[in-house]
Amino acid sequence: MLFPMSSARLSSARFQAGIAATLVGFLLVPLLVANAPLEKTMGIVQKIFYFHVPCAWLLMLSTFVCAGGSLAYLFAGSESGDRLALCSAELGVLFGLCVMVTGPLWARAAWGVFWTWDVRLTSSLLLWLMLIAYGLARRYGGTGGRRLAAAMALFAAADVPLVYVSVNLWRGLHPNTKTVSSLAPGMRLPFFVSLVIFSALWGVLLALRMRVERGQARLVELAIEIEDAEGKSS
Amino acid sequence: MKRVSWVSQAARIAWKDLHIEGRSREVVYTMGFMAALVVLVFSFAFISGQETTVGPDAVAGIMWVAVLFSGTVALSRTFDRERESEAIRSLLLSPVPRSAIYAGKLVATAAIMFLVEVLLAPLLAALFSAAIWPHALWLGLLLLLGTIGFCSVGVIFSAALLRARSRDALLGALLFPIVIPVLLSASRATAYLLDPAAPDLDPALFWTRFLAALDVVFVVVGLWSFEPVVMGE
Amino acid sequence: MSDRVLRLENVGKTFGRHRALAEVSLAFVPGQVAAVLGPNGAGKSTLLGLLSTLSQPSRGRITLGDEQLSRHSPMRAKIGYVGHEPGVYGDLSARQNLRLFASLYGIANGERCIDEMLARVGLDSVRREAAARTFSRGMLQRLALARALLHEPEILLFDEPGAALDPAGAAWLAGELQHEREAGRLVVLVTHDLAATAAIATHVVVLRRGRVARDETRASFSADEVRAIYQEATREKS
Repeated sequence: MLFPMSSARLSSARFQAGIAATLVGFLLVPLLVANAPLEKTMGIVQKIFYFHVPCAWLLMLSTFVCAGGSLAYLFAGSESGDRLALCSAELGVLFGLCVMVTGPLWARAAWGVFWTWDVRLTSSLLLWLMLIAYGLARRYGGTGGRRLAAAMALFAAADVPLVYVSVNLWRGLHPNTKTVSSLAPGMRLPFFVSLVIFSALWGVLLALRMRVERGQARLVELAIEIEDAEGKSS
Repeated sequence: MKRVSWVSQAARIAWKDLHIEGRSREVVYTMGFMAALVVLVFSFAFISGQETTVGPDAVAGIMWVAVLFSGTVALSRTFDRERESEAIRSLLLSPVPRSAIYAGKLVATAAIMFLVEVLLAPLLAALFSAAIWPHALWLGLLLLLGTIGFCSVGVIFSAALLRARSRDALLGALLFPIVIPVLLSASRATAYLLDPAAPDLDPALFWTRFLAALDVVFVVVGLWSFEPVVMGE
Repeated sequence: MSDRVLRLENVGKTFGRHRALAEVSLAFVPGQVAAVLGPNGAGKSTLLGLLSTLSQPSRGRITLGDEQLSRHSPMRAKIGYVGHEPGVYGDLSARQNLRLFASLYGIANGERCIDEMLARVGLDSVRREAAARTFSRGMLQRLALARALLHEPEILLFDEPGAALDPAGAAWLAGELQHEREAGRLVVLVTHDLAATAAIATHVVVLRRGRVARDETRASFSADEVRAIYQEATREKS
């Protein structure tokens, strides 16, 4: 058993298989990345790409999942939707941090500066800030904080394409050379495997984090039941 | 009881805010002073020696930063009026659709902000010799669109923060990341309009349209999500 | 006036980790003044919040006649609420406040209603343009009552209405409540004032730790009876 104390849902064979596959994936990806051809101009530095881009993708995925959960919470009163929104926002902040660390490293090696107002990096930064603001609203927003945060998630999701377009045009449409479609054939397989494995990691972390939240909600329910029983007897 | 249309209910709520503001002028004065201060702070920071101007990009940036910062003052003050003696509860208890409350607050706050901005623009023109007059109407339209975009998000956030202890500190922190695209497109368009050397105004036109599209998206999301946000636990 | 009963069935309300109300079943009948008593934190204000539709029960249901009490606008128009804060705009005059709410409620011939209402609560002699923030607590409470009654609500809710009133004001308020009760309105008030409760209530509910500890209806209560009921219901059992 991977998790001796796991709940019924997490101890299911499928979930454990997922975790196992993710672990195997993390053994596999470095080999694939190491064997991928070197990029002509940037050389070894370009390998950060296999880490950076999946993180950026998961930052965006987290934002949309957070908005989806918030939608279910706001309009259908779904508590699990709210938990999903919180957990994915947290993961978004985490993977966003990876983007914000690896982005400047790459920029320094590729262009000699730590930060360029490149459209993807800037959009990611704004997305990351929105998710951090989501966390602030939840923590310090008082009684209306949860609902406010949910509304922020909706605005953030609506903002994603607008941010991308506006930042892109703001920087004056400069050519993007490092797009996925222009990847050398030898780089594609490691990249996509890395993308899938990172997504699997995200899924595993989300499931684990959701489990903590579910457990907490259950604990509150039980505490209330105990209070109720005491209330009745006194 | 007769049925009252959504528009006239929203208009009543907006009129109420404007009437109160007309009496006290508190928001106009405090927000206007704040905006002027932001502009002056930038002047002291940017202008040195014999220079008299900082270029259209910087003027546009200064103007919109002043709008953003002073706008949070306007938002928190117009919502303070709802919180004092719990008037907001009476409003939420009335049979008015919540989206009409949203629209009313949006119109009133945007109108008050817009008034201050119209007074602010000549100050910029004077301080930085910015060329605001050749495209004054267009600039006014930009200010209006940018203000609507800012308020469409700000009204929801202020309403939701009514019960939060650190609402004034939180409002800006939560609002600014969301309204960055508004700031971006509005200040870009403004920079093109203020630039006498600009070869043509196509980019300004593009950004104005983009800003209008942003407003539509934000107002739609706002109208739609205001009710569940203020619904209470 | 309608004769619909406001009924709570097994209603529970939790806030995060805190259970504010548990298994509350009550019936409020038109033509009665129901007083909800209880120590601080017993769930009185939570109960009033649920009845006002501004919050929703976590469990159970609340019905008015055979209608579910919902937060939709036609239902909100049937409720009048007087809180311990007056719920009016301090920058507007009494008349302007009433005019605003009359128009939001879609009251036909609003001006006449407003005149009548101002006369009824004794604010007709106040200087016309005086802003509500210059009013004394008593005057504000009168204005709050006028606002709550303007749209002829079926249900009248009061949250500690007498808390800030002087004895004369409290007596006036008691008279108004009596009047509303006789007019067949359903009145629920949350209060700490046992003596005032005795003067007007015909239905006494005592909450303790979010539960109904006592639920009594009589033609009238004496101050001693109310005190006895309250003490008996809230006594800690060891």
